[in-house]
Amino acid sequence: MGAKQKLVVIGNGMAGARTVEEILTRGGADQFDITMFGAEPYGNYNRILLSDVLNGSHKEADIFLNPLAWYDDNGIKLHAGVRVLKILRHARCVMGQGGVVEKYDKLVVATGSLPFIPPVEGLYLPDGRDKPGVFAFRNLDDTRRISEYAMGKRSAAVIGGGLLGLEAARGLQNFALDVHVVQRGDSLMGQQLDRPAAAILRGTLERLGIRVHLGKDTRSISGDQRVTGLEFKDGEPLECDLVVIAAGIKPNADLAFRAGLSVERGIVVNNQMRSVDDPRVYAVGECVQHRGKVYGLVAPIWEQAKVLADQITGTDASAAYLGSKVSTKLKVMGVELASMGITEPTEEGDEVVQFTEAKKGTYKKLIIRNGRLLGGILLGDISKAPYLTQAFDRNTPLPEERLSLLFDVGAPSQKATIDEMPAEMQVCNCNGVTKSAIAGCVKLGKRSPKSVMEATRAGMGCGACKTLVSEVIDWACGGAAEADPSANYYVPGIPMAKPELVDAIRARGLYSVSAVFEELGGGQEDAASKPGLASLLKTIWHDDYVDERDARFINDRVHANIQKDGTFSVIPQIPGGITSVAQLRRIADVAEKYRVPLVKLTGGQRIDLVGIKREDLPQVWKDLGMPSGFAYAKRYRTCKSCIGTDYCRYGVGDSMGLATQIEQRFQGVDAPGKLKLATAGCPRNCSEAMVKDVGAVAVEGGKWEIYVGGAAGAHVRKGDLLATVDSHDAVLKISGRFIQYYRENAKYLERTYAFVPRVGIEKIRAVVVDDSEGIAERLDREMQRTVDAYDDPWKEAYAPATPNQFASALPVIQ
Amino acid sequence: MEVTLGPVDAIPKGEGRTFDTGHRKIAVFRTRDGLVFASQAECPHRNGPLADGLLGGHTVICPLHAWKFDLSTGQALNGDCSLKTYAARLTQAGQIVVELGEA
Repeated sequence: MGAKQKLVVIGNGMAGARTVEEILTRGGADQFDITMFGAEPYGNYNRILLSDVLNGSHKEADIFLNPLAWYDDNGIKLHAGVRVLKILRHARCVMGQGGVVEKYDKLVVATGSLPFIPPVEGLYLPDGRDKPGVFAFRNLDDTRRISEYAMGKRSAAVIGGGLLGLEAARGLQNFALDVHVVQRGDSLMGQQLDRPAAAILRGTLERLGIRVHLGKDTRSISGDQRVTGLEFKDGEPLECDLVVIAAGIKPNADLAFRAGLSVERGIVVNNQMRSVDDPRVYAVGECVQHRGKVYGLVAPIWEQAKVLADQITGTDASAAYLGSKVSTKLKVMGVELASMGITEPTEEGDEVVQFTEAKKGTYKKLIIRNGRLLGGILLGDISKAPYLTQAFDRNTPLPEERLSLLFDVGAPSQKATIDEMPAEMQVCNCNGVTKSAIAGCVKLGKRSPKSVMEATRAGMGCGACKTLVSEVIDWACGGAAEADPSANYYVPGIPMAKPELVDAIRARGLYSVSAVFEELGGGQEDAASKPGLASLLKTIWHDDYVDERDARFINDRVHANIQKDGTFSVIPQIPGGITSVAQLRRIADVAEKYRVPLVKLTGGQRIDLVGIKREDLPQVWKDLGMPSGFAYAKRYRTCKSCIGTDYCRYGVGDSMGLATQIEQRFQGVDAPGKLKLATAGCPRNCSEAMVKDVGAVAVEGGKWEIYVGGAAGAHVRKGDLLATVDSHDAVLKISGRFIQYYRENAKYLERTYAFVPRVGIEKIRAVVVDDSEGIAERLDREMQRTVDAYDDPWKEAYAPATPNQFASALPVIQ
Repeated sequence: MEVTLGPVDAIPKGEGRTFDTGHRKIAVFRTRDGLVFASQAECPHRNGPLADGLLGGHTVICPLHAWKFDLSTGQALNGDCSLKTYAARLTQAGQIVVELGEA
């Protein structure tokens, strides 16, 4: 093969990056030296999820598709944050900011779109700067600026009642703002909805607290220094503290236009995704006009990128883009809406199937021509959306029974639906896993949900598709998938349930994790099984356990919680959440000395110093002079408490005293899952003791109720009442016995909220309170041994346990 | 370019450490069967510090989001990306030597 051609891609958004990925999968790296320009200084991110970043359901880091390292790894030269100024077609080069010049043999223009800013007055300050409080909503920086500005504000107006505007409006509610949507036309989402649907949607949104103003044309944005409100052309004002403009997008085709390429609404391309003027220039995405249409959704971009890649690499010279059918889903919490194709019949003989239940916010409408679906709106109930979207995309004939299209009465069964699902349909949208990828994985012998998900990463993103992934696996297995045999194992790498494993460990005298692998795991080490085995061995052998540090998760090796950037969080012990002036002063001094970027009060009533460098950990602990708070391990974590009897006028039990005693007793106790405790001084339960792994609630008459198996995290469960006792000592005794029973019988990482219902509170009460198995005394003894073995791991500041335990990176001395 | 990183005792058995060669950072692992492996320092997923991961056999699990890699090939075991790996060996004197390719 001769010298490689130079391929330059302008635009590093979803279209540009996806196109390059498609080119790479066709072996494009052997044909091209690839250079990309991105106006934003980041890798490539999922723009569709910006509204989720705004509403807080995704973090910024979660929406990145390709981190900067991806470009390096694939030999792509990325000019991140460099805007392209000019395309010089005669010289075949591209000029960017800062004097960057790149020559090309082939050029891909993927400049995307720009927010459409309607002509209103007052967008700018007299000196020409943007008026503070006015935002577009198009990129990550917009999202950041909106989030920062919205803090502490009272109200916001979104100009634009389309898809993006409504997603922005719902996101803004997250900042406790009164949110208004201002729509120039007289119905919402005019592109996707007919008028009755729009009216029902309006009702749904208003019930969610969003005020909708229809037929309001904004004349100006008021405020001399910053936004104070809007004024409509009918003279009516609307007070607000910030304005988000989401009035649509327009193709960003200016660069192409100035290069002399044909631009109408967008850059005009043919079916090969080539510019009609220059065979060396391709264009893709929202900047493109194909057969008179421009697209603002992601699915057409994926289709275009494939054709472009087939063409540019010569993989398939017959590949042609023939336009896309557009279907969309509104991603607004509390609103279920899917729409596809046209919204009104356009020809005589078009059939309309319709159902309305305005009171419930339900509306369904389908437009059918010659037995095929041309358009549809599903509002309030989108259970039929997957089936209908497929029928629409693939133009498949619909069943004669029209009723079954709207409701599950004699409708095609789920199996038929998955049968019909196109092989290339994406099942997991986070990790881009298709039906055929899952089926291929099953064919290779992975026949359980867990193994397929691990191998394909399907369902490992947001997790919303897990049910569908499992159904596709069932389908690919030709029936039910295999139950995972390892589901009953204590850890995946040793094929034994917990009681069996404990017996074998005792019988053979296995004191270390490596010994367990040697004797019971066929000599095979399994990385994921190591921490679970370490925890179990410690529970069985106490001080005789041979502690191999490599069996510990990083948090347990350095006694701090690893953060996403490789720094750590440090939480010192503060029993009962009761601190002192001297302690606070010391913590403040440490925060200052080590320039701790974030000091945060935790949900467990402790103080978290976040962003500590690994090599600083020992000195931080020394300077704090406080023991570890164990906020990084599968151990007893915290016991939070309310004020109790000392000051509170309702308190009937000394919750602070009890919480302190609990922490002194159970500090450092390791367990299959973390243990979060609380004590409440009265049944008002200010410390939320009923949703803790163990909670003690004081009741009148000097008694304490002990609740176990509660949770209020990803899983919410009210704890079960285990016993009512009449002293602090009894609380310590019964909860200690419960914790020991849990340590001995729970699967690794099985929290009490799963363990308690699995075993049953009656059984647990029988064993722990009534000693039905005669093991109470032994449980108490084992717990006492564990308590006696407590040692503060932060002492390793003075005597590191392993070489270079706290080194971030070791230098190489030549 | 071959680089001598120093004595193998710098890394506890079954763990990894990050080394800074001046040009780049690499993760070096000492497996329990007495071998050493080297790879890029950061996980291709979200830049997690691979040297802090759990080792089992010749597999490492990234501490941030549990991506799993075969250190002998660099191949991901639960994804479709891969690690850059470097040939690593121990000398008679117990020094770790890594071949870094071009400088």
